[in-house]
Amino acid sequence: MAAGKKPRLAVWKFSSCDGCQLSLLDCEDELLAVAEAVEIGFFLEATRAQVAGPYDISLVEGSISTPRDIKRIQKVRRQSRVLITIGACATSGGIQALRNLSDVDAFVNMVYAHPEFISTLATSTPISDHVKVDFELRGCPIDKYQLLEVLNAALNGRKPDIPAHSQCIECKLSGTVCVMVAQGIPCLGPVTQAGCGNICPGCERGCYGCFGPKEAPNPAALSGRLLELGMDLRQTRHFYRSFNTNAGAFRDESARLESIDG
Amino acid sequence: MVSPVGAFAAPVITDAAGLGVLVAALGVDGRRVIGPVCRDGAVVYEPVTKLSDLPLGVIDEQDAGVYRLKKTGDSRYFAHAVGPQSWKRYLFPPRQSLWSARRRGKGFEIVKDTPAPAPEYVFLGVRACELAAINIHDRVFDNGDFADPGYLARRGRALIVAVNCTRAGGSCFCASMNCGPRAEQGYDLALTEIVGDGGLRILIETGSERGAAIMAGFEAPLADKSDLAAARDAVRIAEEGMGRKMSQGARKALGKSLDDPRWDEIAMRCLSCANCTLVCPTCFCTSTKDLTSLDGKTAERQRVWDSCFTLDFSYIHGGSIRRGTAARYRQWITHKLVHWHEQFGMSGCTGCGRCITWCPVGIDITQEARVITESFVKGG
Ligand code: SF4
Ligand code: SF4
Repeated sequence: MAAGKKPRLAVWKFSSCDGCQLSLLDCEDELLAVAEAVEIGFFLEATRAQVAGPYDISLVEGSISTPRDIKRIQKVRRQSRVLITIGACATSGGIQALRNLSDVDAFVNMVYAHPEFISTLATSTPISDHVKVDFELRGCPIDKYQLLEVLNAALNGRKPDIPAHSQCIECKLSGTVCVMVAQGIPCLGPVTQAGCGNICPGCERGCYGCFGPKEAPNPAALSGRLLELGMDLRQTRHFYRSFNTNAGAFRDESARLESIDG
Repeated sequence: MVSPVGAFAAPVITDAAGLGVLVAALGVDGRRVIGPVCRDGAVVYEPVTKLSDLPLGVIDEQDAGVYRLKKTGDSRYFAHAVGPQSWKRYLFPPRQSLWSARRRGKGFEIVKDTPAPAPEYVFLGVRACELAAINIHDRVFDNGDFADPGYLARRGRALIVAVNCTRAGGSCFCASMNCGPRAEQGYDLALTEIVGDGGLRILIETGSERGAAIMAGFEAPLADKSDLAAARDAVRIAEEGMGRKMSQGARKALGKSLDDPRWDEIAMRCLSCANCTLVCPTCFCTSTKDLTSLDGKTAERQRVWDSCFTLDFSYIHGGSIRRGTAARYRQWITHKLVHWHEQFGMSGCTGCGRCITWCPVGIDITQEARVITESFVKGG
């Protein structure tokens, strides 16, 4: 980044739980360095102060789930030089994309006393379905070191070191014993992108797929193994339907399993 | 007291208590003993300071995609076969910093710091297939064109205590690769466990000056002919119990079967997860990462284990050259069994069976090689 003016950062929220934005505040040891390196233009979770756009870097959290979101994301895009989406909601639609498989009006009528005040879309979709995205940072929530790496790379004009390979590679690099092979625990690691820092396999649990599909995954082959390990078709289908239910490879595999199950 | 025969010492015989004395003796003078310990349902290679750290009576049931530890009444400390890790973790660590630099004006300068001296490892429980794998890496990391100083420093200081296998794992096929189960050379000391009426006895053979120096202070009777015969018999049981074997002729057949339909069939099953390559004791592929500090004042180049199974690994200008999983699996197995010979004058596979056990979907290198070899022989 050229010396002189600090790049202006904005953090935006769409349909989400705020957990990913919190990851930025969670960078306790590095927060001062980040604050040194950028000018915080817009980040409501951290400060009420607002600097008008345009912004050099926009971090976008959350999915598009209301008519208002659709309009607002266009505005954010227009004001942002680099737009980075953060988290499963922003990159795949999030857990709220489970609605994509159901009748949203039925939910609304069941849950709200005055459904007429609810303005929502029938689907929850990733930001990239609506505007051009420069980089997608996966995870539910994102990993703070990956967030720092993406910011760092953007500030220094280099490629971020965010591999798209399997979670298995993370496990092997850190010496974590494979829970599926050694204990027969169902795990989505072989089809999931690495990045969380081995949280689940490191505690002898299977991977839940928080970081979404890895590059060129083969979930059909994994499902075969999950069934052999004792999951039934319904459980296997639901395994793919969580935080990244609407991510292409997971969505298609759960649909395939549903069609077999009948 | 041991009387030296030739350059080294003659074989001696000891028991479990003697093994404990040896473990303690290995760990003196700043040496770090790494050996088999049970963790998270597997035998892994981690620091060992005393006999009770070792997996007494533990066996591993292994098959394609399956590994289960079982505690038995067995009196052996090394009744398990190889686990998910190999000594490459220590000789060729997953992440290494190669160099760092500091910004200076418009350019940068390399930071010259004196590297910390390589740790002096003692590898306790190195199997014959693992000696073969270390021998392969010696070639890879010092081959005339290229020498890796970090590897060579760690390797040069490491002391190797081999263990002759007396029980084969379900995925082992070292015998058919001429890599085991008996450690023939390349060790400082070699142990063989013999279970008899009088309990556990351990034969200790010495294979180097450094091994002899360790044994110099070790009180134990010389092994007699019957001890040596009992040790040979114990290793024969492992050889005969080996569940798998590599097809003869696989090297030629695979090299000439690049269009075999089997590759596409494997791709239907393969997850391209890369586990096979990361557990393999001979796979050595890495990627290079350049990292910076947030303020851009310092940078660091790291070398990290990578795999021919990732898309990024074969990424060159214009995209990845091995996009399909069929091409990636074929690249891996033909490198191991065919092209390694041309590149390094030896096979890249030792028959340790790790890639079979630790493949989450149980893809078996011996089975794939057999199917392709048979179809080649039939005129495929
Ligand atoms: S052969 Fe097995 S371990 Fe290797 S990449 Fe394919 S699925 Fe993963
Ligand atoms: S290819 Fe498989 S059997 Fe051969 S050395 Fe590597 S992990 Fe062991």
